Amino acid sequence: MYSYDLVVVGGGASGIAASIKAKELGIKKVALIDEKNYLGGVLPQCIHSGFGLVYFKEDLTGPEFTEKLAQKVMETDLDIYTSTFVSKIAYRDYFEKLVYAVSKHGIKKFKTKTIIYSTGCRERNIYEIGILGNRPSGVFTAGEAQTLMDIYGVMPGREIVIVGSGDIGLIMARRFALQGANVKAVVEIMPYPGGLTRNIVQCLNDFNIPLLLNHSVLRVIGKNRVEEVEVCKLDENRKCIEGSKFRIKCDTLVISAGLVPRVELLEDLGVTIDPITKSAVVNDRLETSLPGVFVAGNSLVVNDLVDYAVEQGEMAAQGASEFIFNKGINAVLWKKVKLNGNIRFFIPQLISGEKAVTMYGRVLTPEENVKLKVSEINKEIPFVRVRPSEMIRLKLSKDELSSARGESLTFSIFKRGAQLGE
Amino acid sequence: MNKEKIAIIGAGIIGASIARVLSRYENIEIHLIEMETDVGWGVSKANTAILHAGYDDDPFLYPNRAKYCVRGNYLWRKWSKQLQIRTSWNGSLVLSFSKEDEEELYNLLERGERNGVKGLRIIEKREIQKLEENVSPNVTLALWAPTAGQISPFEAVAALVENAVENGVILHLETKVLDIVEDGTRITKLVTNNGEIEVDWVINAAGLYADYIAKLVGEEDFKITPRKGEYFLFNDRAKPKVSRILFPAPKPKSKGVVVTTTVDGNLMIGPNATDLPEDEKENRETTQEGLEEVWREASKLVKNLPSKSEVIKTFAGLRPEPTGGDFVIRPHNSLLGFINVAGIRSPGITSAPAIAYEVPKMLLHLGARLILKKNWNPIRRRIVKFSRSSNRRKRELIAMNPLYGNIVCQCEMVTEAEVVEAIRRGAKTVEGVKLRTRAGMGKCQGAFCRIKIAMILSRELKIKPWQVKVKGTGSEIGVGDLFSLLRK
Amino acid sequence: MENKRKLVKLTCIVCPIGCEVEVVTEDDNIVSVKGNKCQNGEKYVRGEVIQPRRLVFTVLKCKNGSMPTVAVKTSKPIPKFLISDVMKYLSNIEVSAPLKVGNVIVQNILNSGADIVVTRGVDLLDQSQKHN
Repeated sequence: MYSYDLVVVGGGASGIAASIKAKELGIKKVALIDEKNYLGGVLPQCIHSGFGLVYFKEDLTGPEFTEKLAQKVMETDLDIYTSTFVSKIAYRDYFEKLVYAVSKHGIKKFKTKTIIYSTGCRERNIYEIGILGNRPSGVFTAGEAQTLMDIYGVMPGREIVIVGSGDIGLIMARRFALQGANVKAVVEIMPYPGGLTRNIVQCLNDFNIPLLLNHSVLRVIGKNRVEEVEVCKLDENRKCIEGSKFRIKCDTLVISAGLVPRVELLEDLGVTIDPITKSAVVNDRLETSLPGVFVAGNSLVVNDLVDYAVEQGEMAAQGASEFIFNKGINAVLWKKVKLNGNIRFFIPQLISGEKAVTMYGRVLTPEENVKLKVSEINKEIPFVRVRPSEMIRLKLSKDELSSARGESLTFSIFKRGAQLGE
Repeated sequence: MNKEKIAIIGAGIIGASIARVLSRYENIEIHLIEMETDVGWGVSKANTAILHAGYDDDPFLYPNRAKYCVRGNYLWRKWSKQLQIRTSWNGSLVLSFSKEDEEELYNLLERGERNGVKGLRIIEKREIQKLEENVSPNVTLALWAPTAGQISPFEAVAALVENAVENGVILHLETKVLDIVEDGTRITKLVTNNGEIEVDWVINAAGLYADYIAKLVGEEDFKITPRKGEYFLFNDRAKPKVSRILFPAPKPKSKGVVVTTTVDGNLMIGPNATDLPEDEKENRETTQEGLEEVWREASKLVKNLPSKSEVIKTFAGLRPEPTGGDFVIRPHNSLLGFINVAGIRSPGITSAPAIAYEVPKMLLHLGARLILKKNWNPIRRRIVKFSRSSNRRKRELIAMNPLYGNIVCQCEMVTEAEVVEAIRRGAKTVEGVKLRTRAGMGKCQGAFCRIKIAMILSRELKIKPWQVKVKGTGSEIGVGDLFSLLRK
Repeated sequence: MENKRKLVKLTCIVCPIGCEVEVVTEDDNIVSVKGNKCQNGEKYVRGEVIQPRRLVFTVLKCKNGSMPTVAVKTSKPIPKFLISDVMKYLSNIEVSAPLKVGNVIVQNILNSGADIVVTRGVDLLDQSQKHN
């Protein structure tokens, strides 16, 4: 039995950041556990740049970002367990949780006061997005193709079709093209691209890769390896337009159709799950419904920027340190976050009002010239445009929150110039 | 003494069962011939995996089905223990929702009695609800068959083949029979893509291709029609599950869409039944209409299905529907040495052991000499499942072999030791590892572990990473090293 | 010879706004820039019209390493037209562990002024983990 104040499960960006912050805050015994034999989670295979502009004030590649974080972590005296897989978490009591982990050295049991769960997310697969047809080889999720190429140095295919125009899909399109593959199309069901404009320019336009908006891959054709995919054009209700079906010859189909937080072990613990974010409901310390169990990074919410994941790791570490030194989180009537109109979610879902909080949210559909309003505190923030693919991050100060009355905080989006109808 | 040579064409559940039964004899050389990269990849891989009780099959219309199903159901109890194949004997309920359905239940009961099925009863709503909490509230009566069960069909084939090979059977993979040579009276050899094999006897257990094989020796009196069935598989956390196998009252073409929980604990619904043209023996495409039908029909049997977002996989399998509908189990009418075991559609898995014991009987009848071995080994041990072991056992396993401490598939908690063991037992592909260990069968459907498994295969088989096959021939995971396309 | 005027339409990628910018050129000179909302945008489109440059990222095969590859990048953006030649050049390069972040693999590759530098280092192979 190993005894800790904090066990961080998952050594990606948010987990590492949480560990570092925890040490800075004076938490004595901290363990960081990861199943891989290296730290960084998915970052070491994201060999392109665009990481760390906020956290390190530098434009780094994924591996460079990891290296910098890892250097910071090495300067601390926390215990790092790599190649160690957390198989179970048990809740004993308000101040005691157990973490079971498997490694080549056996099964370890950690007793801990707090847990930060930062296991990242997984990619939606071909079945989840309803692609029909055969099930041959040559279908990869984007991350899987990336692992194959940029960790193992294997070229997955020659003629590529990519499903989904989010940043990951666009970056993989460029990655394939750069290595000499023929990227035949990026297929996007929405009328607008999912990724940033800079990625449309640098990943698609640079390599003359067609972007098929309002299109859907219906089925896969091929016995042992993908031979073709059937594509159709969609109408405004995203239904297939009669007679619009056509086929694209390819040997590889890459699925980049969204990410889902991985919180299976927390589900097993009976943690309350938000059906929209598909992760735990958290308060402004990022604490779940289970006392002393915190979530951060992509297992809390799928982030656009690694910097946000890092920030959440640090928020969770703050929460854990408060839990440890204050012997728990003070009782309070939590304000519930309520949503109006074009908003998909905002987290944390529960706000104490006792302290400043950073909120993360997404809209449902793109809109221009809008204002985001938080009714109870009379806060309005203008936006030139909002898009589902761009996370909204905003800070609410303690002062602002202290003016809020009632049991809720209502977020809404409305057109600039228009009055918000109540 | 020269051994007589027997070739079994097809290493599905039928060919594998026959191989095991024939491996009990010492004076024969047995060749098990499979065109795919692994055993059990045809009909046996994708089906409902039910061990039927045996009340479905009309003994007058389908005497073989009626006879072998009941016997096979009984035999599986012993076989599954000897071979450590997972089964669950949870029983089946045929549900009625109308007067017509009810009449059908009484027909089934009568048929079951005639076929010798034990324990059948018609039961009323209260008892039904006790046996199955999630049954639809609209149910009126049910036929309760306590002898029905579930099996893991791929595991069954793998176990049978491992046991047969242990007892001397020679397995030929990726070997396609192109021609069968005879000398006018009897069979002399097989011509395959991998050369010729001298044989005295040929057992045609070629599943969907049994009509093609029979045609090679001039038999054209039966055809095999591929009948496609589509399925949804839910993740193992999806609820509500069912504790029994739920059938609707049967339809002429099939037993209808079933709701069941697999031996691995995943809720599964399916199949529909679509007859395909004879030449579409590889059409395992899922379709919109097919899947919608399955969902609609399954919904009728239960109070609730889990949400569609809990589905982890949709797939389709093919059943080999023979002309006339009954199993074709008989020797060639003029050519000595050729025996058909063909058209083994549902209840084929259930019937397999019983059918297999029929083969030596036919061989003896045709004049073969068979002498039982003294040292035949009936036992096969399954691959140790780390995730299902106690904590103490887990510690022992890791201490014995540290590869048990490396989790390869996180969703199903499959270790590197299990993957290596699967490869040792004959897995040559990612699919082969998956079917033997369940690695890649969880929520992420292999996105996290497929590559790790490929790298272990590359190491163990001593091939380049990109040469690792995901499935069959031509399914290599890559086309070369990362810069291979730029060097041309 | 007559001077030729050309209109180039570009999407600015300096910030998320993504201004649609129109640039008029005459021979190799920029005559006008329209549509940008800021100075950085103008700077970007001018560069993009005269000589677009990109950072290039890839991984190279690595012998005796704890990982089978090492990640690299160009130390600064290189002209777009050079990218495919750089990639072809790299296709025949194999390196050996150990390598550290910042190590230079190729100096001044194809006279671009940029080096190929390591972004993901690799340790010497630990005998317990072997890759093909």
